Amino acid sequence: MKVEALKAAAAAPEMIVAFMACLILVAALYMKKETGHKFTYGVSVVTLVFVAIQIMMNFSETGTTALNNMFVDDPMADLLKIAICLISAGVFVYSRQYNQDRGIFKGEYYILGMFGVTGMMVMASANHLLTLYLGLELMSLCLYAMIAFYRDDKLAVEAAMKYFVLGALASSILLYGMSLLYGLTGSLELSVIRDSLAGTEQGNVAVALAVVFIVVAVAFKLGAVPFHMWVPDVYQGAPTSTTAFVGAAPKIAAFAITLRLLAGGLEDLHGMWQQMLIIIALLSIAGGNIIAIAQSNLKRMLAYSTISHMGYFLCGILAGTEEGYSASLFYVLVYAVMSLAAFGIVLFLATKENESDQLDDLKGLSKRSPWIAFLLMVLMFSMAGIPPTAGFFAKFSVIQALVNADLIWVAAIGVILAVVGAYYYLRIIKLAYFDAPESDEAIKTNVGMSAVLTVNVLLIVAILPWIGSLLALCNQVISQFTL
Amino acid sequence: MESNLLSILIWLPILAGVMILGTGGDERAPLARKLALGFSIVILILSLPLWSGFDSTTAQMQFVERAPWIQSFNVWYSLGIDGISMPLILLTTALTVIVVIAGWEVIQERVAQYMADFLIIEGIMIGVFSALDAVLFYVFWEAMLIPMFLIIGIWGGSNRIYATIKFFLYTLLGSLLMLVAFLYLYNKSGGSFSILDFHDLKIGLNPQILIFLAFFTAFAVKVPMFPVHTWLPDAHVEAPTGGSVILAAIMLKMGGYGFLRFNMPITPDASHELAWFMITLSLIAIVYIALVALVQGDMKKLIAYSSISHMGFVTLGMFVFNSQGVEGAMMQMISHGFISGALFLCVGVLYDRLHSREIKTYSGVATPMPVFAAFMVLFAMANSGLPGTSGFVGEFLVIMGSFQVNAWFAIIAGLTLIFGAAYTLWMVKRVVYGAVVSDDVAALKDVNQREILFLSLLAAMVLVVGIWPNPILEVMHATIDNLLQHTQISKLP
Repeated sequence: MKVEALKAAAAAPEMIVAFMACLILVAALYMKKETGHKFTYGVSVVTLVFVAIQIMMNFSETGTTALNNMFVDDPMADLLKIAICLISAGVFVYSRQYNQDRGIFKGEYYILGMFGVTGMMVMASANHLLTLYLGLELMSLCLYAMIAFYRDDKLAVEAAMKYFVLGALASSILLYGMSLLYGLTGSLELSVIRDSLAGTEQGNVAVALAVVFIVVAVAFKLGAVPFHMWVPDVYQGAPTSTTAFVGAAPKIAAFAITLRLLAGGLEDLHGMWQQMLIIIALLSIAGGNIIAIAQSNLKRMLAYSTISHMGYFLCGILAGTEEGYSASLFYVLVYAVMSLAAFGIVLFLATKENESDQLDDLKGLSKRSPWIAFLLMVLMFSMAGIPPTAGFFAKFSVIQALVNADLIWVAAIGVILAVVGAYYYLRIIKLAYFDAPESDEAIKTNVGMSAVLTVNVLLIVAILPWIGSLLALCNQVISQFTL
Repeated sequence: MESNLLSILIWLPILAGVMILGTGGDERAPLARKLALGFSIVILILSLPLWSGFDSTTAQMQFVERAPWIQSFNVWYSLGIDGISMPLILLTTALTVIVVIAGWEVIQERVAQYMADFLIIEGIMIGVFSALDAVLFYVFWEAMLIPMFLIIGIWGGSNRIYATIKFFLYTLLGSLLMLVAFLYLYNKSGGSFSILDFHDLKIGLNPQILIFLAFFTAFAVKVPMFPVHTWLPDAHVEAPTGGSVILAAIMLKMGGYGFLRFNMPITPDASHELAWFMITLSLIAIVYIALVALVQGDMKKLIAYSSISHMGFVTLGMFVFNSQGVEGAMMQMISHGFISGALFLCVGVLYDRLHSREIKTYSGVATPMPVFAAFMVLFAMANSGLPGTSGFVGEFLVIMGSFQVNAWFAIIAGLTLIFGAAYTLWMVKRVVYGAVVSDDVAALKDVNQREILFLSLLAAMVLVVGIWPNPILEVMHATIDNLLQHTQISKLP
């Protein structure tokens, strides 16, 4: 086979990221410790931004497969990769001060992050079960290490262990589902799987078993109830910088594999996985929103909030229509931006001595730092889905997809549970605005970081006039979705 | 007619609010106050052409603007006003000026944020009244909750946090069901969110009833109707004076506006079918809530309950389906805006001096504060529906309208003329007249120029509208006739 037939250029962004990670790893060895750390940090951020721009410039019009059909470069993959790179770069910028304060501002941290990003990008472009699994494991292994990076912290190590054991279990469940699919269809390629599963009867036990395994694994990676046990512990235990990393971009990658597996390979089994997803989605929305009320730790509360967001996100997928997929895509993008900003604020408030991750630490924030309090407020309203924020339009498009798919009852339950969710977001605003501060300690000012935070949060509101174009982009990208 | 006037009226206050926020801390409070006053007056002046350029012979939407917004859902940025929304917009712009003046000295903490909040809420409220696209309407409708949540939560009284969260969640639940109804209508109409398109949809009776109930939860909470009124006394008591004024004078009207814009024309058959239900709830509100008001010891609570009772007239007038009834309902909304606003300001005047809203703290206020007493008595008379004041016109029209349907409705509603007079005048008697109760009261200073300014502006409005309501009625006439015709045509497929 000729090398040209591989069309390896389609995977250029992944290659650049992986290559730069290796380059940084070697180059940093020849530098002084301090300069080395700064070098890895700076080059990582620049690489990620550069790759995002590079993808933007070469945005695919249609889908092309490459590397013996193992890899696909379609508009959806491009859009997701741009988001993954920019959001990960944002996490790196936010976490710099935090990591420095805790002595984990080390080159390895960023190199692990870069490899993690490579894994996510591979997931976004996977057209083959092996590629998909490879990307997933590359990402997960990096995440385990990043969670345990703060070695002296018991909670962090515990979180990493928990995540690792459960993650390995989920991976093996996924592998088992994949092997069943291979046995049934004789191929690992998603398009072939789809074609050979076309016209399968609903009652086929072997197929149903494969679908169950795959749905369970996907639900675990998303952190949906009842496979959510790891989420709160990891969010709370990990250093906040890693939590920010885990909370944002991996969800985008998880969207990609969910869509490629369920709406791609298992397209014709829609009736089977839809029922499972309805239960999982509603349980996630209810469980996440209700348990979040009882939390006193901000990171843990955000973990439960993530669980409920994943429930809404699954609502779009389970509608099983192009409109639903595009609503989910929009939801996950908005969610990633909100999650990044939320952890950005937690990182901003953390000091060397204080993690500032208790809800009570937010008391009277509006007196201590009016601007950050304002950003927090906008963010919380957006997470609660109150207009005029992007969070509202995300929920709106998902609910609309459900109503159009004749799932009005799911929509109604989702909507009513959103009111429950609004309560704990309002409580954050209450703490920041209505309560008196507990300490007079001034919030450290960090001009660069507040500027990035401002852009990040105001994006949620300022996008309003162009929200139509963004939704149209999501629609277009989904309609070009290829296997 | 091409014009950007409505957009300017929506976005100018919001931008002005953001600008005032930018003035920063309390050290620059005077600047924030002056900016807020300047902008609110400019906006009031800018809104006057809505009146002068309004063509009252047609029921068509006027000052229409239309631009694509979210094309994948066929959502349009579409604005326009008719005879129902125009007076309410003017009410909004006029009262905002008064609220800014009223908060001038009283608010000393976070002044910029306070003033900015009120300007932003003004823009959003104008947006609610002029949106012709259901999604745009919903965005404004919900966005309004945010500044109100902050106004009550930051500047409110001691139990403010409970009140504001209750207010927020109550209204949110109501509105979300409305959203589901919108989505259903969108499906039904083949992909349009235009409110005017919804008016022409054919819908079966059962879906109509469900849609009616979904809208009902949203609007009844806002009005508020018995039995979902319990958030209002809490929110009112805890809100700062300006917040109470905006809440009572304008936000409650949004519920009434919603019934006129959505329930009656979109689901006319369900409206007729459920008219008995609406009328019963209205009569309960009118009589029962009036009795509740009678026993209140807290002045603000008393006026809050009186608002609920008066809003009962509004819903009663709408669901008797004749032009006197609906026009009376509109008049009642406008006049209630002035009167309840004025009464809340009167209580605010007393509260600023003695920091108590309890009736028993005060007695014989007329001795140290004669000018204030004159105003308070005037507004109390208006509140109890004295002929010659604006309170009379609406109540009279509604009673006349309900007489045509069933004499009993009119008789029960008419009881309020007695109860209303009872609770308001009894309160005035205890607060304003009688012997001076304490040294604190004896030492009260009479209203200053600023307070005289806003009280006399409101007094003038109450009297002008009461003596010569014709201009307002004329503006609404064509629109309301058209609306009533709409409700006579069955929408059953």
